[in-house]
Amino acid sequence: MSNFPLEAHDLTVAYDRRPVIYGVDVQVPEGKLIGILGPNGAGKSTLIKAVMGIVPKSGGWVKVFGKPFERNAARVGYVPQRESVDWDFPVNVMDVVLMGRYGKLGLTGRLSSSDRDAAADALEKVGMLPFAKRQISNLSGGQQQRVFLARALAQESDLYLMDEPFVGVDAATEAAIIELLRELKSRGKTILAVHHDLPTAQTYFDMLLLLNMRLVAFGPTEEVFTQELLQKTYGGRLTILAEVADQRVQRK
Amino acid sequence: MEFWKQLIPPFDFQQVFVEPWTEYLDSFLWIFAMGFLVTAACGFLGTFIVWRRMALVGDAISHSVLPGIVIAFLVSQSRDTLPMFLGALGAGVLTTVLIELIHQKSRIKTDAALGIVFTTLFAFGVVLVSLYGENVDLDVDCVLYGELEHVIFETPVAFLGLFEAPNSVLRMGAVTLAVMVLVAVFYRPLLLSSFDPGLARSMGVSPAVIHHALMALLAVVVVSAFEAVGAVLVIAMLIFPATTASLLSDRLPVILGLTLLIALLSAFLGLHLALWLDASTAASISVVIFGMFLAAWASRCVTRVAREGFRR
Repeated sequence: MSNFPLEAHDLTVAYDRRPVIYGVDVQVPEGKLIGILGPNGAGKSTLIKAVMGIVPKSGGWVKVFGKPFERNAARVGYVPQRESVDWDFPVNVMDVVLMGRYGKLGLTGRLSSSDRDAAADALEKVGMLPFAKRQISNLSGGQQQRVFLARALAQESDLYLMDEPFVGVDAATEAAIIELLRELKSRGKTILAVHHDLPTAQTYFDMLLLLNMRLVAFGPTEEVFTQELLQKTYGGRLTILAEVADQRVQRK
Repeated sequence: MEFWKQLIPPFDFQQVFVEPWTEYLDSFLWIFAMGFLVTAACGFLGTFIVWRRMALVGDAISHSVLPGIVIAFLVSQSRDTLPMFLGALGAGVLTTVLIELIHQKSRIKTDAALGIVFTTLFAFGVVLVSLYGENVDLDVDCVLYGELEHVIFETPVAFLGLFEAPNSVLRMGAVTLAVMVLVAVFYRPLLLSSFDPGLARSMGVSPAVIHHALMALLAVVVVSAFEAVGAVLVIAMLIFPATTASLLSDRLPVILGLTLLIALLSAFLGLHLALWLDASTAASISVVIFGMFLAAWASRCVTRVAREGFRR
């Protein structure tokens, strides 16, 4: 009996008949902090969107805790890319975090005081409770990301899918987020986060999923974070060492 | 100076503000009610339309309604409300479907697809009017500017035995009420899919279903408002109350409430402006809302300067 938090078989997604991800087979074990790595256009965001049905699958299947996603949607928390929403939208921080509770309410249910308590707890955890009444455009990038994270916490899920949670945030926020993710993991939650920074990937994640249209490798960080596999992921023309060397030359 | 005095009609407070509410109350009340209901329904729904960046879809629908009305007339051979309404609604829904279809099945972007669809349908309507002009009793002025005052020429019908009101006012009242009830009941899915379609989808709320439901509702509102305010000014009613309210508040529920207040105030002031200047009522209401928009914008600028001034 396989009840992996996330299991995909031959998962394929195509836009306009052009495949974006192709034949991805993966079985994600419980209670791990997993980084999804790959070059731009490798289909990292598409992979997690396809899991949740945000983009349609062209082939293959996905199971979440042993069932199709729709039947277990309430057990999945989602943190979209920060730029994917309009931050001028007339809602305040509390309104956004409360959206995390909508999934459990059905189409026309009403928010209860326990929903408000859960939202306040989530804000407290990311250090944003004093900003609860603040309009969301009056926040820094790091604060906006914390609000999104609080919303995911308010979902009280078992599997979290996060799209670039570290992009455009300050160092303090990045440290706070990673501490929070480790705390979630210690409570048996499973987290998959799209990530783009190689040096930190090695220290942040237990496991890495290397993706470049196809699944290149998936396994414990110490086994997967090798020159050979990374080169395979990011393309032979561009080795990581060469990239770093380039940056040094440019600085001079 | 004399020249300027000629341009501005004399203002008689008694005639402009008092007499409508005393001597002509019977007819004036219904014109006022119609003005308020149209602006309220458009403003309320317009808030979501504006924040979802679909402001011009209302424009498109209001123009493509023309062929729908003409065809409904040719088929039913009557000017009854129901066939007109169904024809217009069909054209409105067709517009949104065609825009979506062109956008998805080609590389043409939504704004260009919108331009293609509504101009084509409007032109089609104009050709139909020219072809069967003598059979179709359609006034082009009425199509463009609407005739809010027409409500007083209708024979009042009884409403639940409580009071008598013109049919179109009752219909607009029902539409306005329906819009407010639907928005209240489905407020959360509407808010979620407007702010974050991705999260909505992951929670099992289909943004596509919400989008099409909203478009259908928009078509109903625009079609109902069409007769009263015309194809062009309905856009002002859709966009101005929502943008004005959005300048005054950062909370969606407050903004929705403010659009109703703005509708009430602009219908009141607009009607009296129209009486004074002897001008189109719909146009006068639009001018008043524009004035409110400017005032809201100015007040926002002033409060920002004041707040930042204090900080320093």
